[in-house]
Amino acid sequence: MHDERLKPMSPLRKAMLRPELGAICGTFLVFVFFFLVARDTGMFSAEGVMNWGIVAAQFAIIAVGAGLLMIAGEFDLSVGSMIGFSGMVIAIVGVAWGYPIWLAILAAFALAMLIGAINGWIVVKTGLPSFIVTLASLFILRGLTIFLSISATRQTIVGGVRDAAEGDWLAPLFGGKVFGGLFVWLADIGVISTYTRGTRAGEPVVDGIPMMMVWAIGLIVFAHVLLTKTPFGNWIYASGGDAQAARYTGVPVKRVKVSMFVFTAFCATVFATCQVMEFGSAAADRGLLKEFEAIICVVIGGALLTGGYGTVIGAALGALIFGVVQQGLFFTGVESSLFRVFLGVILLLAVIMNTYTRRLITGER
Amino acid sequence: MTTTPIIELRDIEKHFGPVIALNGVSFSVFPGEVHCLLGDNGAGKSTFIKTMSGVHQPTRGEILVEGRPTVLESPREAMRLGIATVYQDLAMIPLMSVTRNFWMGREPVKRFGPIKLIDFAHANRVTLEEMRKMGIQLRGPDQAVGTLSGGERQTVAIARAVHFGAKVLILDEPTSALGVRQTANVLATIARVRKQGIGVVFITHNVRHALAVGDRFTVLNRGQTLGTANKGEIDYEALQDMMAGGQELASLEEAVAEA
Repeated sequence: MHDERLKPMSPLRKAMLRPELGAICGTFLVFVFFFLVARDTGMFSAEGVMNWGIVAAQFAIIAVGAGLLMIAGEFDLSVGSMIGFSGMVIAIVGVAWGYPIWLAILAAFALAMLIGAINGWIVVKTGLPSFIVTLASLFILRGLTIFLSISATRQTIVGGVRDAAEGDWLAPLFGGKVFGGLFVWLADIGVISTYTRGTRAGEPVVDGIPMMMVWAIGLIVFAHVLLTKTPFGNWIYASGGDAQAARYTGVPVKRVKVSMFVFTAFCATVFATCQVMEFGSAAADRGLLKEFEAIICVVIGGALLTGGYGTVIGAALGALIFGVVQQGLFFTGVESSLFRVFLGVILLLAVIMNTYTRRLITGER
Repeated sequence: MTTTPIIELRDIEKHFGPVIALNGVSFSVFPGEVHCLLGDNGAGKSTFIKTMSGVHQPTRGEILVEGRPTVLESPREAMRLGIATVYQDLAMIPLMSVTRNFWMGREPVKRFGPIKLIDFAHANRVTLEEMRKMGIQLRGPDQAVGTLSGGERQTVAIARAVHFGAKVLILDEPTSALGVRQTANVLATIARVRKQGIGVVFITHNVRHALAVGDRFTVLNRGQTLGTANKGEIDYEALQDMMAGGQELASLEEAVAEA
């Protein structure tokens, strides 16, 4: 039954079919570019790597959630508002109301995931586009965050989280650093430099891997295995690829979609918690535009906006490109407003390329 | 054909509010036969297959599965009883690989402690094997379904249903969107499935396709059956006439001539 008129596919075209190919090339180009342009600025010293690494990790945490959700065929535009909301819940419960921080963190996760589930439930029940449903939650959550913070504390920035988190058992999971000893040792053998002046003289300039990065790597590994290796991952692809066909073969499409909304909310709360622990405060305007940045990372990573296609590795590389370019422009002293121009251009290129890939796979014209 | 039918529907009526979609339809399928259900658009074919596959419950009438009166509450229940339906455009997800499509919803797993991962080695091997049985040579199990032709997609869907233990296979217009050559391939697949002792319900409005593989023929018109005929008892012209509601095909020709 083989159709002899089907042209044999060239290896190049075959390689094009890997969703993350564009992101791999993009990552390569970005690194080569900044290595040539910004080598002398310290961008590739231990300190510099940590600088853009942390930004990339931030993007990766929310991109992983947005990526799985997009592959399952839905969007969540409320990610940014969710970040502000979760952070504020931690600050209000932990500081303004004086409960232990671990309880505040758990409350933030529970509330955020509940709201994620409600988003998902509305989407699968009404059949409305998730774009509209979560656009509504974008405004509802942002407004609630400001309202709650003002009514609980009379201000929109709530500090004192760091003091409240002192000695807490759960907070270091989000605010701490790991492998401190390794970095001391690296400084001792001269691989990384140490402070030469000030109160921290003699300490290594990088004193550990922030939990933000550990979370990013953990979430990437978890989501990658879930998506590519488990039955549930197959259901995620199926739900996004063709919900009706998936339903006919017995895939619980609604459950898959709702759980992906919950996972996206979980990722947003991880981001929020790490940020609150790092800054020691929560602010009602945190996370602004993060939903779009997450979606851009995922699209650069080769996922289709229409769902059913994409990878976690691609989304992670998208986040890496994002982080390297944003901080790279800072290192090279380029006007930072140009970063947005770059973003727009790269987004457009990525979408055009993804559409072409889709045509290659499905044979559409 | 002395055995009991795998599925038998007696005097099925289905009303949607004031609309009578089916008005006393009887139909049966024996193991190893291809029973063609013919009808023009709006004849009630899709309502009838949805009743057979558990999507709709009949307003009146009786369904017997292997001789036992049965209520098909849901498509899942029907599937459990071995009644599998392959819908025309909803068979496959083009962006996913053949293996992922084949096992969709029923993935084989390997356990690593509490973690269950898809057993891809097993899944790929079985998929390639089943495809080979149906006469499709895949480039590889990870080939996207989108790169297959329409006929091949139908064949993958049929192979999937057969592998998962279908006793009756309901094919909803499997050839209507295909060219001549692909149609021939799908008809050959139907013949292969029949040889395995599976009963096939072949829904079509193309009399030629029906005559090519059918053992029995039932024509549905305006929600009613105009009787069932065995192979060799009826010819092309007669079937075509019955589908047009007993009107002479000549009147069609007149209409064309007048235009």
